[in-house]
Amino acid sequence: MRELKRVVPTVVVAFCLSAGVAMAGTLADVKAKGFVQAGVNGELFGFGKPDEKGIWRGLDVDTARAVAAAVFGNADKVKYTPLTAKTRFTALQSGEIDVLTRNATQTLSRDTDLGLDFVQVNYYDGQGFLVPNKLGVKSAKELDGASVCVLPGTTTEQNLADYFRVNKMKMNPVVIENNAELAKAFFAGRCDCLTSDASQLAGIRAVAPAPGDYSILPEIISKEPLAPAVRHGDNQWKDIVNYSVLALLEAEELGITSENIDEMMKSTDPRVQRFLGVTPGNGKALGLDEKWAYNIIKQVGNYGEVFERNVGVKTSLMLERGLNALWTNGGLMYSPPFK
Amino acid sequence: MPGVRSGHGYVQQVNMNTSTPEKIPFLRDPAKLAILYQILTLAGVGLLSYYLVNNTLANLERQSISTGFGFLDREAAFEIGESLIQYSAADSYGRALAVGFLNTLIVSFFGIILTVLLGTFLGIARLSSNWLLVKLSSIYIELFQDIPVLLQLFFWYAFFYEILPSPRQALNPIPGLFLCNRGMIFSVPFWHEAYNYVIGAFIIGGVAVFFLRKWAAKRQAASGRIFPILKTSLALLIGLPLIVWWLAGAPADMNIPELSGFNFKGGINISPEFAALLLGLVLYTAAFVAEIVRAGIQSVGKGQTEAAKSIGLKSGQVLNLVILPQALRVIVPPLTSQMLNLTKNSSLAVAIGYPDFVSVAGTTINQTGQAIEGVALIMIVYLIFSLSTSAVMNWYNKKIALVER
Repeated sequence: MRELKRVVPTVVVAFCLSAGVAMAGTLADVKAKGFVQAGVNGELFGFGKPDEKGIWRGLDVDTARAVAAAVFGNADKVKYTPLTAKTRFTALQSGEIDVLTRNATQTLSRDTDLGLDFVQVNYYDGQGFLVPNKLGVKSAKELDGASVCVLPGTTTEQNLADYFRVNKMKMNPVVIENNAELAKAFFAGRCDCLTSDASQLAGIRAVAPAPGDYSILPEIISKEPLAPAVRHGDNQWKDIVNYSVLALLEAEELGITSENIDEMMKSTDPRVQRFLGVTPGNGKALGLDEKWAYNIIKQVGNYGEVFERNVGVKTSLMLERGLNALWTNGGLMYSPPFK
Repeated sequence: MPGVRSGHGYVQQVNMNTSTPEKIPFLRDPAKLAILYQILTLAGVGLLSYYLVNNTLANLERQSISTGFGFLDREAAFEIGESLIQYSAADSYGRALAVGFLNTLIVSFFGIILTVLLGTFLGIARLSSNWLLVKLSSIYIELFQDIPVLLQLFFWYAFFYEILPSPRQALNPIPGLFLCNRGMIFSVPFWHEAYNYVIGAFIIGGVAVFFLRKWAAKRQAASGRIFPILKTSLALLIGLPLIVWWLAGAPADMNIPELSGFNFKGGINISPEFAALLLGLVLYTAAFVAEIVRAGIQSVGKGQTEAAKSIGLKSGQVLNLVILPQALRVIVPPLTSQMLNLTKNSSLAVAIGYPDFVSVAGTTINQTGQAIEGVALIMIVYLIFSLSTSAVMNWYNKKIALVER
């Protein structure tokens, strides 16, 4: 008798990216499911992290809330997906999230190669160095030969290498994927300095055993315009997200806050009337309710309020407005007219 | 004649019976069905992969994401902490990935060797007659088997950077060796022409040892006289290169590490990341290997030991000549799988900052955005590691397999 051959079942492992992406407009999709799915950091204090009660807080979180307020008239209709630096773009490309508000730097290659569109910047950041004071270093130019702790998966590694190449200095990077582990290694002295965006350095310093023992060096070695991003090709959705961020800026410039907004409804200033939908037109152009901007400011506040609440000098991050002040105050925040 | 005829008829009947299987319906013939199932499975797999690849490409194109491996030639523009080959940020992504590949290779290579040594020692210790040795090795095995390897890595890494002092207060236990939270830095000789000859002498010594062993085994089989093979081998392997080195003028210029600025310059540095990864992987995997070795030794009947002792073999000879050759047949297959585990677990390096292949590929993916190509490369590299380890171990397994005479 011959032996019988058995059929061996074969297991196939598939790439996850092959799942289809809905082709209908994102606005229709979002309205149909009843909430905005936003990709956020999840670990970064001041930008996107749940507080001790589990409520999401941060500048990026408030940006996502502004989009929800514009679409639904209710800033709470957001669901958050915490993403790592590595997974964030894939999550947006594959349609897992509707908008990415996760301190992502806008760059040319990301705007093109990755199939993304960045909208109005919501925080102008730059990469800096955090050093222990006892090292006696006053400038990044003195860092030749240093060990540098780096968080991977960002433009950070590239900026760092560029800076040391330009200044003909040598360094030894220690790249640790986990934020908390990286900070621990740095505080224990594994590295001479830690590099990241200045806003993140402030966040890391805030959790140091003795925050006063560390300082941020004056050199900012890169431009990091942190902007929300949407998928390439859906222009209506891009407009909505873009103008939701711009509405925060415009409101601050017009002097509208979450507290005085109901009085401002009676304002005779035509710019305020157009902004708040008293004079209709903007809402229809975006495919939204005419009170979209009113809802954003009433529920989220203007950019100044959002900034001071999450990262300002009264928070533990102690960040000045700097580049993020309105253009009228010497910053870069500037909105086109709302008309 | 009638008898013959009836006999003939009987034979015919038998022939008819044996030919009936040809008439079994197709769907009830297991042999044919098996082939059909295989064809159907293959076609299903083929269709599924075609759908996945096609759909992925279509999606990528619609979202205007670039594809292909063209990025490998572009400038990487990021630094890597440690490298076996010359590398700088001006090199290509391809070279950066090669650096990561070699970093994974070296940690796996040393990891496997040390794991086998430590695991064998622990496995034998657990079976020894020494009470303390048995208890200590049992506690070790239970402890290290039960703690997740990632936690062990975090522990060893924190151990190195928390316990050791900063470079400016580095420990200097013996001249030329420094211990600090940047690693273990020690002196190495500067390269000299003479070392080419020293290495040549070492290789010649190795070849000589190989033939010496063959000759000694033959002589022992023929005459029963035992040749002191260990001592002569060591003398050849160490003595020969030493003589060549001395004849070449004994060059002894050392590259001594010196504190300059923030860190040590010169010498060779074993980083805390490498040390923590190697230590964590070896200590974890050795606990499993120890149990495999113990199982292998216990699979050899007690009578074998007693028989070997009764013909006057010493206990070392009993282990080497009688027990291990039989135990290895049980040990090698599961040992191979532990070696593969160690190699795959080395990808946890990203958590403690060692620039292995996954870490470098991760940075590459993030800078180029080409996740599918990057993940495919990671899969291919680990497949290569696993298949080549298996190939070597399967060859070894065949070599030591029971030869039936």
